[in-house]
Amino acid sequence: MTMIFGVPAAAFFGQLLLGLINGAFYALLSLGLAIIFGLLKIINFAHGAQYMLGAFAAYLLLNLLGINYWAALFLAPIIVGTIGALIERYLLRRITHIDHIYGLLLTFGLALIIQGLFTNLFGVSGNRYPVPSELSGGVNLGFMFLPYYRGWIVAIALVVCIAVWFLIEKTKLGGYLRAGTENPAIMQAFGINVPLLVTLTYGFGVALAAFAGVLAAPIYSVAPGMGANLLIVVFAVVVIGGMGSIMGAIITGLAMGIVEGLTKVYYPEASNTVIFLVMIFVLLLRPAGLFGKEA
Amino acid sequence: MKLIKKVLTAAVATAMTAGAAQAAITDNEVRIGYLADMSGTYRDLAGPNGLEALRMAVEDFGGTVKGKKIVVMNADDRNSPDVASSTVRQWLDSDKVDMVAGLVASSVTIAATKVLNGSDAIGLVNGSAASSITNEHCSPNHIHWAYDTYPLANSTASAIVAEGGKNWFIVTADYAFGHSLESDVRTVVEREGGKIVGTVRHPLATSDFSSYILQAQASGAQVVGFANAGGDTVNSVITAGEFGLAQSGQTVAALLFFLTDVHALGVKTAQGIQLVTGWYWDKDKEARAWSDDFYKRTNARPSMVHAGIYSSTMHYLKAVETTGSDNAKIVRAEMAKNKVNDMFTKGGYIREDGRMVHDMYLAQVKTPAESKNPWDLYKIIRTIPADSAFRPLSESNCSLVKK
Repeated sequence: MTMIFGVPAAAFFGQLLLGLINGAFYALLSLGLAIIFGLLKIINFAHGAQYMLGAFAAYLLLNLLGINYWAALFLAPIIVGTIGALIERYLLRRITHIDHIYGLLLTFGLALIIQGLFTNLFGVSGNRYPVPSELSGGVNLGFMFLPYYRGWIVAIALVVCIAVWFLIEKTKLGGYLRAGTENPAIMQAFGINVPLLVTLTYGFGVALAAFAGVLAAPIYSVAPGMGANLLIVVFAVVVIGGMGSIMGAIITGLAMGIVEGLTKVYYPEASNTVIFLVMIFVLLLRPAGLFGKEA
Repeated sequence: MKLIKKVLTAAVATAMTAGAAQAAITDNEVRIGYLADMSGTYRDLAGPNGLEALRMAVEDFGGTVKGKKIVVMNADDRNSPDVASSTVRQWLDSDKVDMVAGLVASSVTIAATKVLNGSDAIGLVNGSAASSITNEHCSPNHIHWAYDTYPLANSTASAIVAEGGKNWFIVTADYAFGHSLESDVRTVVEREGGKIVGTVRHPLATSDFSSYILQAQASGAQVVGFANAGGDTVNSVITAGEFGLAQSGQTVAALLFFLTDVHALGVKTAQGIQLVTGWYWDKDKEARAWSDDFYKRTNARPSMVHAGIYSSTMHYLKAVETTGSDNAKIVRAEMAKNKVNDMFTKGGYIREDGRMVHDMYLAQVKTPAESKNPWDLYKIIRTIPADSAFRPLSESNCSLVKK
């Protein structure tokens, strides 16, 4: 058997693929964070709770209204994104003129309240959401068994990530967005409703988190704490990629998924620390992050 | 000389009176403090519903003992040993608590019982798993009731090895509880002629288990054992199902699996998994009747921990009534004198190391066809007789055990 660094080649490729799948999740979540920070300068600590809300929205849509996975993939982000837009309009907007740290505190507080409410309503053990029947089962790739659903996650997450990057970096709407946050006064003078744009952007970032939540629902337990575990890692990904850099968030997300995946083979005990080690080195060598622009 | 003798006798007599436990209910109340994880990872298996089980015991007892009111207070330990020891310290010093119930995460329990040791209050441990609580950490001030890691490892592992599952791969939570469970399983598997072909240790509260499951799958082991708890076990089992471990001929063994975990997973995902439990709500008529009452109040079926809280509190209150005292030493002795015969167990008894010895059960999660409702989850495969379920006193390191 061919060996790669003491691990059979088959196992090595399997872990590489799994790392890529987890990386797709990180990319999707850090993308939302990067958009919100890059355009609004809000450090959104409620992102994990909003991801959890997405998963619960899918769960409740299925169990209360009988709405299936495919519809939930659209509906849950819209519902949670709307909640996000309301949060921006009625809470975050009041503190835009003061230090960013207050935005962090506000969103952190919201996250605790939302998680607490869901813990009281649903308990901590979580709920099961079935894998959609079209995607159940899997295929033997020779070096590993790949559940179809995991393959779907990578594909759809990459499509969404690239579409969002294109929207923000290459279209006119994206141009307005970037300009609006750069110099809101001039944009207002051109007759563009900047506050509305900001509200929609925050709502969109939140919707991305909820989308990731729906994707996660069939493979993880839908539990109130599911986002809290992930949030800190995703923040590290954003910092490594460069705060606010959209392509940086996507590429770093995928790369960190792979780094973490390989750590789980060679030294599993360190698997939840390795990303922070990378973060320390990146901050030492390139304080603005791998893809960030030096201020 | 005569005078000295007299003085000495008087001194000794005084000392004895002061030293002897006072046979009375102090402060005119029996005060119970419920300490548990009320909001974190272990909330569902004890938590608010455990407090409800405790209140049921107090109500069923009549709310008073010998005319003295029973008062219940509670605190969230947040799974922190520091919070636990400061809470218990305050309960002892200013609230004059007589009994501490709940006690979930093993680290919390060990911290709390260190504070209780030597006081007038007693701890009735129900949520914790570590068997060290009545081994190297034993004290005259606590009793361990519902279950511990010894039967978990012993019975589940030996049952599976006996059925031909000789080669094991263990996925272990990388902290004290996981390590001790892993080593217990290793001992049992090797003793029964099996082999551990590999282990992997994952950090506590891991969100994605696919990498570990893939390693387990690639190992070619016949049995994949999960030496973890709560959310980690739930996610391990989900991922094992997703990657088709059962279809590729591997048996999944969850070494610590609570009713609430199985309920969260549902029988479709968890079917066929073998586990050891100290109690099951549907095991007999008496258990069912009590769990119906519990269900009416909480809208959930009780775990073995909830049932243990009720059972141990009732046994405690009976001892307080008989002795007319809420002093730990007196009540502890009285509790040990009487067998536990209730909805939890028949003929259970408390050993000198503080272990309440009772029958345990090897159960299997039902299939969707067998399960008639969302809480109809286990079938009991066999009873593990009390005397062989727990660590024998001959192997004990507890200082209270006379050898």
